[in-house]
Amino acid sequence: MAALGSACLIIGLMTALYAAGASLYGARSGRRQFVVSGRRAIYCLAGLLVVAMVVLETAFLRSDFSFALVAQGSSTDTPTFYKASAMWATQQGSLMLWVFLLSILSSAALFVTRHRHRDIAPYAAAVLAAVGAFFLFLMIAYENPFATLSPVPPEGAGLNPLLRHPAMMIHPPLLYTGYVGFSIPFAFAIGALITRRTDADWIRSTRRFALLAWTFLGTGILLGALWSYAELGWGGYWAWDPVENASLMPWLTGTAFLHSIMVQEKRGMLKLWNVSLIIATFVLALLGTFLVRSGILDSIHAFGASTLGTPFLIFIVVVIGGSTALVLSRRRELRSEARLDSLLSREAFFLLNNLVLVAICAVIFWGTFFPLISEAVTGTESSVGPPFFNAVTTPLAIALVLLAGIGPVLAWRRVTPAGLRRAALFPAAATLATLVALLAFTRARDSVPALVMFCLVAFVLAVVGQEFWRGTAARRIATGESRPRALGQLVLRNRRRYGGFLAHAGIALLFLGVAASSAFIDQRDVRLSPGGARGGDANTATYRGGTASLGGDDAGTGAAISLGAVLDVRKGEQRFVLRPSRNYYRTADPSKGPIGRFFEGEATSEVDLRWGLRRDLWTAIQPDVATLTKAVQRLDRDPRIANAGPAQQLRAIAALAEIYRRDPPPAQFRALVSPLVVWIWVGGAVVLMGALIALWPAPEARMRRVSSLHGARLGRELSGA
Amino acid sequence: MRSLRSVEVLALVILAVLVALVVAVPLRRGSEVDRRDDQRRAALEAAKEAKYREIRDAEMDLRMGKLGPEDHREIDTGLRAEAIEILHELDKLGADEASDPSPAPGAPAGEGPVGGR
Amino acid sequence: MDPSRKRKLRLVVALSAAVLLGAALVYTSFSSATEASTPSDVLRSGEPGRSYELTGKVAKGSVEREGDELRFRVRDRDGTTSVPVEYAGVVPDPFREGREVIVSGGLDGGKFVAERDSLVTKCPSKFTKDKDGGGAER
Repeated sequence: MAALGSACLIIGLMTALYAAGASLYGARSGRRQFVVSGRRAIYCLAGLLVVAMVVLETAFLRSDFSFALVAQGSSTDTPTFYKASAMWATQQGSLMLWVFLLSILSSAALFVTRHRHRDIAPYAAAVLAAVGAFFLFLMIAYENPFATLSPVPPEGAGLNPLLRHPAMMIHPPLLYTGYVGFSIPFAFAIGALITRRTDADWIRSTRRFALLAWTFLGTGILLGALWSYAELGWGGYWAWDPVENASLMPWLTGTAFLHSIMVQEKRGMLKLWNVSLIIATFVLALLGTFLVRSGILDSIHAFGASTLGTPFLIFIVVVIGGSTALVLSRRRELRSEARLDSLLSREAFFLLNNLVLVAICAVIFWGTFFPLISEAVTGTESSVGPPFFNAVTTPLAIALVLLAGIGPVLAWRRVTPAGLRRAALFPAAATLATLVALLAFTRARDSVPALVMFCLVAFVLAVVGQEFWRGTAARRIATGESRPRALGQLVLRNRRRYGGFLAHAGIALLFLGVAASSAFIDQRDVRLSPGGARGGDANTATYRGGTASLGGDDAGTGAAISLGAVLDVRKGEQRFVLRPSRNYYRTADPSKGPIGRFFEGEATSEVDLRWGLRRDLWTAIQPDVATLTKAVQRLDRDPRIANAGPAQQLRAIAALAEIYRRDPPPAQFRALVSPLVVWIWVGGAVVLMGALIALWPAPEARMRRVSSLHGARLGRELSGA
Repeated sequence: MRSLRSVEVLALVILAVLVALVVAVPLRRGSEVDRRDDQRRAALEAAKEAKYREIRDAEMDLRMGKLGPEDHREIDTGLRAEAIEILHELDKLGADEASDPSPAPGAPAGEGPVGGR
Repeated sequence: MDPSRKRKLRLVVALSAAVLLGAALVYTSFSSATEASTPSDVLRSGEPGRSYELTGKVAKGSVEREGDELRFRVRDRDGTTSVPVEYAGVVPDPFREGREVIVSGGLDGGKFVAERDSLVTKCPSKFTKDKDGGGAER
């Protein structure tokens, strides 16, 4: 079966190269049959990669260890749910996923535009095929997912327990759909530049793909943050690690792109800016994919240099060089058709918003690559950490939220001062009221940036609320519908606008959570003995007892033994129980004793978290297994244990667990009280909803009806004029 | 490079043949008449939809009070003139609007933004 | 003011703002950076009072826990020079002997005294789409 997979890749590479060649030849010579043939080749590529994916996934699900990749990343005791996702936890599997998604999305994009863009589409097809060919080449030449092992090992190394979480199953596919999604508008932009058709045409068809990519990438990033917060033992959601930053940067430029293409569609401005932005987004997406594999940067994710570093670097240089040369040579066609009428217009503020977003991206880029920069400048490698990133991004984030509030209020071209006053009255009042309330009733004044952010969040929510309110009211005047129906119809008929407003509200909520949880987090590390208690602002936690369980941990991740604690928490009148624990996984290391093996493998923190709208209480435990060490060592030395079967060994472990449960030793606890952190996830969900509303296509029947309505009206004017 | 086993060679050959069959179909059809008309019509349709949306958006801005009546009149007149031009072009292509094929997929539209007329 | 002058003025303002912000960025980054060093670097040329980012592997058999504190030795990635580290704070899940770590702190006598919660452990396999704890506050 591995042979079939390998064959798919090899034929796939040839197909991709043919697709690129045929599309280019067909475009240049005007012989359309080659363009069609090239497009079909891309459909074939998608088919081949579906087959390859099926082969690989089947191997994982069946634990077929003749596949080297399966032996490396999975094991018979990995739960089935995680066997399926183990594929993209590996280098080779993730490359496979990337090119698979690329072929599917490219096929979709080329199918949808097969009757339009006859000038641009062939070049776009060629670009997409070339990118696919590169990834296929990487796999065939360097990291083949279908490499086989002979003789076949009986067991695999297993999936890293840290990755055994549902969010980690969908996090990579979401991110990759985002990265791949941005290559569609990139490819069409290149096609538009080559053919000098730099009007808004290339944007209109690819806008949906850009929005799709943005949505998936953003959701993937947020899920990663959620996983970090709820699963890992440090209780934070963002560490400014290079790999995290690498995924955020294309999202930022993608956000800028989504806004600035509206300006080009409406007014023919910012053409040069838009092509540059999408090229940058694509390059950053490639960077995001490869940073962890290139060995360029030290990150907790990277481990020295990998074989892919050089080819990737060459590819990026080619992409940047080629795109820049192309843009420079088409300078004339990229001139704006119009000028900014007034600074009080949507165009001006979209441009401002773009500048802020690009600035945020630039500072993150600077900080992420700082080790390389400092080495080049000063000769010694130094790095910057979260304090730097937080310091430079906070003022920019504040500016961004402010703009997000002003934008919806404006109109294209210009807004009358009277209109502006009318629109700003309610939001300004709401902001002021919030400021007063915060100063009077909370300790928000302790952090000025947080206070400013809170007020701006109120501002944005007020603006968005006002837009929905006024829109509904205006519609009711015209149609006399009931309020709920008017609201529904309003949103349905203006999806892009109101979906966008909803997304702005979501972003505001997200920043509310970020500001509150960053500025007012309360962290305590305590060492408690059983019966001991420690109090915080409002809570008192008492270490009631120990917990120990074998196999079957709650999360179903296949841990051998879990040790933890029962914490009785009292908050005023409320009482609840938290059970943080630590999972211990068996290692296959032969140098450890048969019982010691259970405690010397990977260990993960199973956090217990109590969500709340106002604050979260997060706890983690570091049990002291030193007390068990003597017992473990005794068991290891016992010859009966060494010769015993797994059932016997498990009984010994059960006995140890019982010792722990009956007489739990003191343990190290970490408790975090994070205010309003749940609003980050809520805000993200609202953004997702807004994006989905904006993405949803209007049914064709209605479109046709409307077109004819408009056409009839204009026709009347034509005859009347 | 280890030598290829016969089953691998077989897989390669079968896949190559399948792909070749699929991509050769258009080549055997010979060169199509370059239907530039089709593309032009599709592009005009898309431009028309976009123009309609702009007219609707401007009207909505007026109703929400963001755009003054004079500004709106100026913008609206300009947009309608541009839309009429596009309709002229479509007419020239001989397109019958009532029996148009499916409009361009990238431009959603709706009835009046805040209600019918 | 005629439109083209207005536009030129806007451009000048924008560019100046960009230059100023860029300067602020450069200044902030260079002043808050910590130098990455290996154990041999630190032992050879480390100055007390300066903050370093020690990178290396956890030496086998050197891990001890004393109450809150964790003690271990960090050695060069390829080499045997090692320096003892005293650390308090959150210990990331993948932390283990033989793994690569990064910890911030300063030299005190012959010991490396680490900043709280600054321990970061690299993931063991060549590539895992994995995230790690620690290193949250420096």
